[in-house]
Amino acid sequence: MLEIKNLHATVDGKAILKGIDLTVNAGEIHAIMGPNGSGKSTLSYVLTGREGYTVTEGEVLFKGKNLLDMDPEERAGEGVFLAFQYPVEIPGVPNTTFLKEALNSVRRYRGEGELDAMQFVKLVREKTKMLHMSDDMLKRAVNVGFSGGEKKRNEALQMAVLEPSLAVLDETDSGLDIDALKTVADSVNLLRRPENALVLITHYQRLLDYIVPDHVHVLAGGRIQASGGKELAHELEARGYAEFSAGAAA
Amino acid sequence: MAATVETVERVRALDKYKYGFVTDIESETAPKGLSEDTVRFISAKKGEPEWLLEWRLKAYRHWLKMPEPGWSKVQFPPIDYQDSYYYSAPKSPTDGPKSLDEVDPKLLETYAKLGIPLNEQKLLAGVAVDAVFDSVSVATTFKKNLEEVGVIFCPISEAVKNHPELVRRYLGSVVPYADNKHACLNSAVFTDGSFVYIPKGVRCPMELSTYFRINAQNTGQFERTLIIAEEGSYVSYLEGCTAPQRDENQLHAAVVELVALDDAEIKYSTVQNWYPGDEEGKGGIYNFVTKRGACRGRNSKISWTQVETGSAITWKYPSCILQGDNSVGEFYSIAITNNRQQADTGTKMIHLGKNTRSRIIAKGIAAGRSDSTYRGLVRIGAKAAGARNFTQCDSLLIGDKCGAHTVPYIETKNRRAIVEHEATTSRISEDQLFYCRQRGMSQEDAVALVVNGFCREVMQQLPMEFAVEAQKLVGISLEGSVG
Ligand SMILES: Nc1ncnc2c1ncn2[C@@H]1O[C@H](COP(=O)(O)OP(=O)(O)O)[C@@H](O)[C@H]1O
Ligand SMILES: [Mg+2]
Repeated sequence: MLEIKNLHATVDGKAILKGIDLTVNAGEIHAIMGPNGSGKSTLSYVLTGREGYTVTEGEVLFKGKNLLDMDPEERAGEGVFLAFQYPVEIPGVPNTTFLKEALNSVRRYRGEGELDAMQFVKLVREKTKMLHMSDDMLKRAVNVGFSGGEKKRNEALQMAVLEPSLAVLDETDSGLDIDALKTVADSVNLLRRPENALVLITHYQRLLDYIVPDHVHVLAGGRIQASGGKELAHELEARGYAEFSAGAAA
Repeated sequence: MAATVETVERVRALDKYKYGFVTDIESETAPKGLSEDTVRFISAKKGEPEWLLEWRLKAYRHWLKMPEPGWSKVQFPPIDYQDSYYYSAPKSPTDGPKSLDEVDPKLLETYAKLGIPLNEQKLLAGVAVDAVFDSVSVATTFKKNLEEVGVIFCPISEAVKNHPELVRRYLGSVVPYADNKHACLNSAVFTDGSFVYIPKGVRCPMELSTYFRINAQNTGQFERTLIIAEEGSYVSYLEGCTAPQRDENQLHAAVVELVALDDAEIKYSTVQNWYPGDEEGKGGIYNFVTKRGACRGRNSKISWTQVETGSAITWKYPSCILQGDNSVGEFYSIAITNNRQQADTGTKMIHLGKNTRSRIIAKGIAAGRSDSTYRGLVRIGAKAAGARNFTQCDSLLIGDKCGAHTVPYIETKNRRAIVEHEATTSRISEDQLFYCRQRGMSQEDAVALVVNGFCREVMQQLPMEFAVEAQKLVGISLEGSVG
């Protein structure tokens, strides 16, 4: 589904990604772990086409198409979703309005025809019910005044509505207490489909107790330093990133 | 502005075969330029009584001596008042395009984006249509409904004939002819506009807006609107049009006067989308408007809501004079400027009565190389004990070549008054736009969404049906402003 080959990227002229190779197949869950500042968020922004993140070398194929040629909204239309580390507040825009705009934009891109207000409400109700969320959150302005946990659940709701084939979750666990973490993890697990894939970006392994990855990669110094099964996450938890960071510096 | 009666008249006039009116309405134009003769010509054309002619002439003579208003930030070359026509009869529809195929496709594209139905598109584009005839019956029904409750809603020229005592009593009572140069000119040469009278205790059964579009093509350069709400009455009036409007006259100087008596409420909403000119601002309309409401009665209320997106230059300060004790004035404004547009807009809240309250919510959005100023005066008179004002001004900048300014004037002569002012200026956030785009929205849709959120408090004041179009208009006005 996703093939990243020798990806190099700079931010503000500074090289952050220095040759990433990663293949993600449908149905798989990959965890990318690494110390702060190692380029995890940068990777997620490069994949989603954020301005200011310049690819200097390498390629990214998504379902065989060159992702790097597309605008952010086209990538979203193709089915790439990023759950933000810091979900953005949009004052005055009700969550439902935002969701409807997003869904209909993606549907238009896919040539599926827009949902009218009735159809949309029905769909959102199903999703909130599935995720055990209250409809109250739909009326509030996007992420404004949301608690950390609510923001992350809201990301999960957007994911549920947009049904992406590839979801990248950037530090979805950060800032959450254990109950909130479980709730969000449950939501994500509910959204798993054999035809879809997940990339979990995380600093700590505790999220991986709830969403169990098939593959774990260590990102340090702009490169993937090691890959393995889920046991790698436990090793990292025990030993820390020091040896990888050292390796990266060398 | 639309007047139901006028609609019916025009609809009749359209059917030239049936009524043979064409030569009549295709009558002469006043000679070019402005003089006492022009004023007399207009007055004669309208068959006005002597007192009105005298009033116009007084205004004209005063106008000659008046300087241009100097306080605003807008800049433009001096206006050549002699290079205009001040009266021309309505054009025959046969001059217009025969079908939508002949209309500028760009204009049609905008109509489509606004979601304007096909029949109305034809009306707006000035296409001669039989569809108008569908509206005759509707207009007649409306007229009947209004008559039943005693509401008068007609062109002001008709009110001069049929309700001279009302017009004479209230015309110029809120905006005196000598108020400012633009209002003075309007007093001398106004050609039409609406007159509304709501009798005591009557709640106007409909928004006086429903048919605004029919006449939108002929709003005229110097409109004059007068709305009177008697004791305990209520009316909601809507002027303007989301569709872009063009006009060969560059200067538009309208005057709107509102009078609310005891316990009466007037809600006045405007969507202004005059042609802003090309990207360099060439050819755009100068919209110099004087709007003022007098809350004469106790517990009366006047609420202005405006969405200003058009014009090369906007100069307008819809104001409230809060004379009656406990009266309330509100001003909700969205002003969007793009390219080379300039807007200097705001309000004046003049607190004279006890416990008068006012609320100002102004949202300015500037993009391109445009310049947007909020200018607001809150004055608390010596007798206005317990008066309260709350002002919130927010500016949103898109790009780094535009400007936004907030100029509040606060004058308080009563210590038992409370005046609060809050102001913010921010730039449209890259984070917000990227977030929206990551969810699939185009850059332009993202801008429209974020800006609409920024304006929400004001949008919510608009009548529902109109708000939907106004929201789309926000997006259209800002097209090409980012990226
Ligand atoms: N917008 C930016 N401007 C400048 N430097 C940035 C920006 N974003 C990230 N960086 C730098 O890129 C490096 C990687 O950051 P990031 O991808 O956020 O790491 P992580 O998510 O793994 O903590 C850091 O050194 C950070 O300071
Ligand atoms: Mg990060």
